[in-house]
Amino acid sequence: MLRYIARRILIMIPTLLITSALIFTVMQLPPSDYFETYVAEMAAQGEHADMSRVEFLKREYGFDKPLIERYFLWVTGFVQGDFGYSFEYEMPVSDVVGERLALTVLVSFCTILMTWIIAFPIGIYSATHQYSWADYGLTFIGLIGIAVPHFLLALIFMYFANVWFGLSIGGLMDPIYFNQPMSWAKAQSILAHLWIPVLIIGAGGTGSMVRAIRANLLDELQKQYYVTAKAKGLPPGKALVKYPLRMSLNFFVSHIGDVLPSIVSGSELTAVVLSLQTTGPLLLRALQSQDMYLAGSFLLFLSCLTVIGVLISDILLGFLDPRIRLQGGRTK
Amino acid sequence: MALPTPSDVLRIEDLRISFEMHGHLNEVVKGVSLRVPAGRTVALVGESGSGKTVISQAVMGLLPRNGLITEGRILFSDPLKDGKVLDIAQLPADGTKMRKLRGGRIGMIFQEPMSSLSPVHTVGSQIEEALQLHRPHPRREARAVTEKMLGLVGFRDPPRSYDRYPFELSGGLRQRAMLAMALICHPALLIADEPTTALDVTIQAQVLKLMKELQHDIGMAILLITHDLGVVANMADEVVVVYRGEVMEAGPVDDIFRRPSHPYLKALLKASPDFDMKEGERLVALRDVAPVAPTRLKPAYDNSAPLLSVRHLRKTYGSKSGGAVLAVDDVSFDIGRGECLGLVGESGSGKTTVGNMIMRARKADAGDVVFHGEKGAVDVLGLDSHALKAFRPHMQMIFQDPVSSLSPRMTVLDIIREPMIIQGRGDIRAQKERAVELMQAVGLDPRFLNRYPHSFSGGQRQRIGIARALALDPELIICDEPVSALDVSVQAQILNLLKDLQASLGLTYLFVSHNLAVVHYMAERIAVMARGRIVEIGPRQELFRHPAHPYTQCLLKAVPLPDLDRKLDFDIAMSGGTASDPASWPREFRGSEGSPLGMIDLGNGHSVLAAENCTAQDIRCA
Repeated sequence: MLRYIARRILIMIPTLLITSALIFTVMQLPPSDYFETYVAEMAAQGEHADMSRVEFLKREYGFDKPLIERYFLWVTGFVQGDFGYSFEYEMPVSDVVGERLALTVLVSFCTILMTWIIAFPIGIYSATHQYSWADYGLTFIGLIGIAVPHFLLALIFMYFANVWFGLSIGGLMDPIYFNQPMSWAKAQSILAHLWIPVLIIGAGGTGSMVRAIRANLLDELQKQYYVTAKAKGLPPGKALVKYPLRMSLNFFVSHIGDVLPSIVSGSELTAVVLSLQTTGPLLLRALQSQDMYLAGSFLLFLSCLTVIGVLISDILLGFLDPRIRLQGGRTK
Repeated sequence: MALPTPSDVLRIEDLRISFEMHGHLNEVVKGVSLRVPAGRTVALVGESGSGKTVISQAVMGLLPRNGLITEGRILFSDPLKDGKVLDIAQLPADGTKMRKLRGGRIGMIFQEPMSSLSPVHTVGSQIEEALQLHRPHPRREARAVTEKMLGLVGFRDPPRSYDRYPFELSGGLRQRAMLAMALICHPALLIADEPTTALDVTIQAQVLKLMKELQHDIGMAILLITHDLGVVANMADEVVVVYRGEVMEAGPVDDIFRRPSHPYLKALLKASPDFDMKEGERLVALRDVAPVAPTRLKPAYDNSAPLLSVRHLRKTYGSKSGGAVLAVDDVSFDIGRGECLGLVGESGSGKTTVGNMIMRARKADAGDVVFHGEKGAVDVLGLDSHALKAFRPHMQMIFQDPVSSLSPRMTVLDIIREPMIIQGRGDIRAQKERAVELMQAVGLDPRFLNRYPHSFSGGQRQRIGIARALALDPELIICDEPVSALDVSVQAQILNLLKDLQASLGLTYLFVSHNLAVVHYMAERIAVMARGRIVEIGPRQELFRHPAHPYTQCLLKAVPLPDLDRKLDFDIAMSGGTASDPASWPREFRGSEGSPLGMIDLGNGHSVLAAENCTAQDIRCA
C-alpha cells in the first residue's frame, strides 16, 4: 500500500507538468496579450495609455524573454507560492482570489453537504422500494432537477422572489458589507443569503446523486451475498447497511476526487446570474481580458486539486475494498 | 391434519407459492408436501424452473418481494424445544421469530461460493457475525469458536484463515467457509441449494464428505437441493422429485432409484450420461429435437494428416508482484478428421486457455498450432490479422454461458447472420436463407428468427450459439463447456444434437469439459489436464478402464454415479487433499532434477506423463 501511494505521488509530477504546459500554451495562443488589449481599449476610449508603465510591466514580467523561459518562471514561482500578478486588478493573484476563495469554499461545501444529506436517504429509499409510487415520484423530481439548467433556475427564483416578496436575492451578502472586514453582522448577512445559491446549485447535483446511488445500490441488492446476510438472520436494516450499501460506496468514493476541485470553482453561470462574489465570475472575466497570470494560476490550482482529489479517492478505495488493496496491479 | 411427529424437523403441507407478474398471480409451487426427518438427508430433485429453489426460499422466509405463499403450512419443529411447532408460512418474514430461526436453527448454503460471500469482509468476520447474532459470546471467545469451526470444515490454518478475504480462497475453500457460517450455530436443519454444482468433482467429493461428517457430529437434518442424480444417490436417505411445481414422486432413495415409477423420473435417469454406456448408445432426452442436417457448403476432400496438430503450447500469466503462473505448459496433441477429442481437467488446469490459444483469442507464448485443411497445412499461430480473418471460417467456437454469449440487443437472425456479414458471404437474402436452414438444423422454429435471446430458455439459447458456430460451415468446432450451465434433461438434448451434427456434417470437435461423464459420452479420445500439462491421453475405453496417472484415477473415483450399488468411496476421494497437487502423486509422476517428465507410450495410443526413465511396465505397477 505504501509503495502504491509513493508511486501514485511520483506519477502526479509529470501529469501536472504536462497540464501546466498545456495551460500556458493555451494562454499564449491568442495573437495579442493583456497589454495590447489594454492599450487598444484605452485608445478606443480616446485616452493614452502610460506606455512607459506598460513597457516597465512587460519587462518586469519577462514578456521580452522567450516563451520557454517565461513558462519556467511561472511554474517555479507557482511552486514557491508566487502565483503571479493580475494586470487587471493590479494586485498579486493570491490577493485577488483571497476573499472570494473563502466564500466559494463556503458555498460549495454547503452545497455538497446538502446534496449528500438529501441524496443518500432518497437514493436508498428509491432502491429498496424500486418501482413503487414513491420511487417513481422521487425519480421524476430528481430528473427535473437534472434537466433544468442552474442559471435558469436562478433566474426563475430571482423573478418570483422579486414579484411576490419584493426581495432581491442576488449576491452573497448585503451590498453594504462589500469590501468590509468580517464582522458579526456581515456573517449574518452571508448566512441569510447563502441558502438560495446552495439550493439552486445543489438541485442538479442532488438529482444525479440520487440516480447514481439508486442504480449502484440496485446492482448490489441483487447480489447473492445480501441473501446470505439475510439468511444468517441479520435484521433487514443492518444487513442493508453492512453489505450492499457498503459495496455501493465504491462509486461514491471515486466521486470524492471530483469534489475537491468543484469546492473552489464551478457553477460559473449561476454565480454570474446571481452576482455571487465567488471565483467563478472572476475566472470568466480573467479569461475574457487575457489576464493570463490570474487565469493560468487559477486553472493550474484546479488541476492540482483534481490530481490530489483522485489520489485521495484512490487511497480511500484501497482502504475500503480489500480487492483493490491486495490484488491491485495483478494482470490477468 | 395430523401434527408432525417429533422426529420430523420440517414438514411442508400442501404448499402453494405464487409470483406476482404484471398484476396477476403466477403459481410456481402447486401444492407441494414433503418432510425432512431429524438427522436425515432429503434430496429435492428437479430441473431449473421446477420450483425447488422457491420452496427453499419459502422455508427460509427469503422469498423475493413479489413472491407470496397463498396456501399451505411450513411446519418447523425444533428438536431442542421438543414438540413445539412453528408454522413458518404464518410468520412475518423479517420478524424477530423468523430471524431467530434463520441462521440460528436453519442454516443455508448456496450454489455460487464466490458471490455468496461478501468480498470486502474477512471470512472470519462473516462467520463470526452469524455466531454473535444467535449465540452471543465475548469477543475473544467468539473468535476462538469461529476458528474452531474453520478447523472443523477443513481449513489448514484457522487463525490465519480467519483474516483472509474470500477472493484469496479457492472455490472449494469458499464453500467450506459457507458451510462453517451455516453450521456455526448448530442448526437443526441445513438447506443446501446446489452446494457442489459449481465445484470440481474432486472438490465436490470432499465437500459432500464434509457435509456427511458434520451432519453426523451436529445431528442436523439436510434438505439437499440438486439436479445431479449422482449426488442424490450418494447423499440422500429420501428423495422428492419435483417438476413444474408439483411433486412427481417421493420416497426412500432405494425405491426411487431401483423402482422408479413416474415417467418423468425414469426419463431423468435415462438422460444422465454415465460410464456404463455402450458404444453408440444414445442418451434419451426428455424433449428430443429433430435436427435437419444443413447443406455442407464445401465439398469433401482428401487429406490423411490429422486436422489439427498442437505442439508444445505454452502460456504464462504474469503478475506485477513477480510470481508468474504457468497456465499451459508444453501441451501437444492431434485431433483427427471427424474425431471428437475430450479435454478434461479441473478449473484452473488450463483447458480453456488451450482452446482460446488455438482460436487465437489469447496469444500463445510458445508452440505451434497447425491446421491441415483443404489447401494444405496452415500455421495458425503465424497468421497475420488479414490471413487470420480469412482463416476464421475453418474454426469456430461454442461457449459455456448461453446467456452472456449472445448479445441481448440483437435478434436471433442478426446473431446468426453476423459471421456471414463479417466474412462477406452472400447477399442478405442468401444469408437469411442460410439462417433459416441453420435454425432447422438445431431444431428451432425459423419463425423465431426475429425474436431476441431473452425469450428463449437456456437450452434454446445454446442451440442458437451452435447455429451461429455452424454459419460459416467450419471444419473444427471448439466446444468450451457447452453443457455445464444446463440441466440434465436439456444437456442430453444438446449433446445428442452435437453428435448428430458431427455425423451429418463430418465435424471435428475439441470438447472441453470438467464433467467426465459428458466427455465419456461425446469423445473418442480423451486428454486429461492438470496444472497446465496433459498428464494422460488415450482412447476413451482405454483411459476409463486402465487409468494410469494418479490424477486420472482420482478424478474417476470422485465422480458420483446415479447408482446405489456403486457409491463414492469418500475416503479415497478425500486422500491427498487436492488431487491435482503433484506432491500427492507417486514419485514416478512427479519429475525431479535428474529425471524430467515425458509422455510414456502405453500402447493403443494411450500415453501418460511420467519420469522419462520409466517404462510402461513400471507405470502399470505403480
